[in-house]
Amino acid sequence: MSSVFFQAVAATIIASSIPLILAAIGELVAERSGMLNLGVEGMMLMGAVCGFIGAYFSSSTLVGALCGVAAGLAMASLYGLLTIGFAVNQVAAGLALTIFGQGLSGLIGAHYVGLKRDGAPHLHLPWLSGLPYVGHMLFGEDGFVYAALALVAGVAWFLRYSRAGLNLRAVGDNPASAHALGMSVGGTRLMAVLFGGACAGLSGAYLTLAYTPFWSPGLSAGRGWIALALVVFASWKPWRVVLGALLFGGATILQLQAQALGIRLPSQMLSALPYVVTILALILLNLRRYRGSLTPAALGLPFVADT
Amino acid sequence: MSPPLVSLDHITRRFGALMANDDVSLAVLPGEIHALLGENGAGKSTLVKILYGLIQPDSGSISLDGKAMRFGSPQEARAAGIGMVFQHFSLFENLTVAENIALVLPAKAGLKRLDQRISAIATRYGLPLDPQRPVWSLSAGERQRVEIVRALIQEPRVLVLDEPTSVLTPQEATTLFATLKRLKAEGKALIYISHKLEEVRQLCDRASILRAGRLVATCDPKAYSAHQLGELMMGRDIGAVRPPSGDAVGAVRLRLKDLSLAAPDLHGVSLHEISLEVREGEVLGVAGIAGNGQSELFAALSGESRTLAEAIVIGGHAVGDQGINRRRALDAAFVPEERNGHAAVGAMNLADNLFLSRHALPGLLRHGFIDKSALLARTDEVIAGFDVRTAGPEAAARTLSGGNLQKFVVGRELARQPRLLVINQPTWGVDALAAAAIRQAIVELATRGAAVLVISQDLDELYEVSDRLCALAHGHLSVPRPASELDRSAIGLLMGGANQFTAGAAHVS
Repeated sequence: MSSVFFQAVAATIIASSIPLILAAIGELVAERSGMLNLGVEGMMLMGAVCGFIGAYFSSSTLVGALCGVAAGLAMASLYGLLTIGFAVNQVAAGLALTIFGQGLSGLIGAHYVGLKRDGAPHLHLPWLSGLPYVGHMLFGEDGFVYAALALVAGVAWFLRYSRAGLNLRAVGDNPASAHALGMSVGGTRLMAVLFGGACAGLSGAYLTLAYTPFWSPGLSAGRGWIALALVVFASWKPWRVVLGALLFGGATILQLQAQALGIRLPSQMLSALPYVVTILALILLNLRRYRGSLTPAALGLPFVADT
Repeated sequence: MSPPLVSLDHITRRFGALMANDDVSLAVLPGEIHALLGENGAGKSTLVKILYGLIQPDSGSISLDGKAMRFGSPQEARAAGIGMVFQHFSLFENLTVAENIALVLPAKAGLKRLDQRISAIATRYGLPLDPQRPVWSLSAGERQRVEIVRALIQEPRVLVLDEPTSVLTPQEATTLFATLKRLKAEGKALIYISHKLEEVRQLCDRASILRAGRLVATCDPKAYSAHQLGELMMGRDIGAVRPPSGDAVGAVRLRLKDLSLAAPDLHGVSLHEISLEVREGEVLGVAGIAGNGQSELFAALSGESRTLAEAIVIGGHAVGDQGINRRRALDAAFVPEERNGHAAVGAMNLADNLFLSRHALPGLLRHGFIDKSALLARTDEVIAGFDVRTAGPEAAARTLSGGNLQKFVVGRELARQPRLLVINQPTWGVDALAAAAIRQAIVELATRGAAVLVISQDLDELYEVSDRLCALAHGHLSVPRPASELDRSAIGLLMGGANQFTAGAAHVS
């Protein structure tokens, strides 16, 4: 395999896994606090359209990305108000958020369909970026890639070593006890949900600012759902999210490459490959259930203090 | 007499119409173990939650060393030197011992030096712990140690223990008492909540008794008998349960033969080759600490979990692979541990709840439709027969107090005059009067010729009702022995799992 071809394949795999990593790492934090937010897809779409519009008018990828984050935050605060403020069923609220996001993003973005702007700039370091095989992969990505990896590293450290991370895990494991020890269950969960929303918004912004880069309705194409599956696949462990995202991204690219190479398989079947991988991964994970799995014990359960 | 270390003065707190605490005053001296006694709902938990900053009083004050204090949160109470060991474990299953303990320390303390601090406390008070073990892998006794170490690591001067021995074997309780006595010798003030009055008489220097939110007495518990203390708590005579006669034992009604069952879920327990026989006219008690397979054994007996047909024989019929309706048709009745959501549906009324356990039996259906008048009549019989305090058969189950609902779900099954009764934790969380009534009904059922299997954590209860006793530990059942031949320390050892290596040999002989 030539260096150029290898780098091209690697670049596409990485590019297709970044939105999954961003959305999944945010959802992972929310779920570790016990909040199952099924609205990832809706938050991503809102991040995508707001990110695109922000960047279109400011001509700045950074401003666009921030607009995407803000849109994700707004959506997540709506979800937080419903589920934490009013103790609404989390699954219902999450599904509603996704449907709401799909509709609203289409409305907001109606006038921006088909408009184009340049993709996010890539890092270029003299000599390093030109290294064979690994140069482009390591030193020639756009800012989102480095931001995503930094986020994963930050989340992994936060959950494992920081006191706030320990509080967050405790809230997800046993909210009643956390409350009895004087922690703020609602506050902790709201922060986690907002972080999840910000990440989903950033993930959406990546799609319209770097990946495609244009806006069309529903362009997240189910990535929010894959991100949700990815969190389970990763057993709620941050670095496994990266592994899983590369696997799913790889499956997507494999499907495209196979079609390009003319492998005689129905394209629909290849398109379904990432989803089949998701289902298989979930089944395998459930087969080897063991005591003390990482599943947050209070995942999806509302908490209302009785005093 | 030295001045009190901590005192609560004229505390009043109401929840809606309920006076949880009504002008309650309590003073605890340094080096004193002070018992707080009272029925469920008497206001003990509210009082200690006020001391721990979880609940704010409507009026009244708290003082520590004579200085008035206000605790707006548990953090403030902990910082002032108040420690608390909760009744229901407040631990986090998926976190390690060290992480569980770190959660109560100031944020800056960090995890690094924590392991050494835990070891230091552990050796000082005889509470060995491995800081890196996840809590889900610990036994009940070990979890209790984590709770206590977590309270002690904050160097409290006042320590509140809410029913600390309810999940311990007698041996584990003895170890705990040694630790408490050491704390007492160090001049700490201990507030000890317990229902076990004998324990209180042995351990505590003074006792304060609450009834319906009011302080009715502060006394020296050693000067009273356990029965007298019980009467002070209740405000009236409880009456002892008449013991089972034990002489009119008939044919085998329930036989388990090598019943094995894999754990149904992540945190469940597997059952291992359980064999036993219950004869008509006798009560067999199964002792054991919660989480040793009691729920799994009950599920296998009731038919919620299926096994090999021959593993469970009721009245000569192999029913291990049959559901609960078939078993009920063989005159068996089942009362699960959890009243809300398992024995009864809270949102449904009492009559409908009665129908739920009898729908497959004759008597309540006419041409396939519910015979409403018969159903109401049967429900009225249960309500009257078991003194259930309720507005009537149309009252929703959730409007009943715990004791009354338990009387109803037990009465519902007993009113059928079953020939086999399987009952799990018959009086868990029930007040003493209702508990005595339920135990009496169990004994009378056996006297009338039914076979009864009682699964319970409460040894006092088991000794009151049982002819024979055995213990369930880690899913293994010890060989049943006459209750009169088995003293508390022996059953305690069996509850701790001491039978695992001898039970097999006993089966062969």
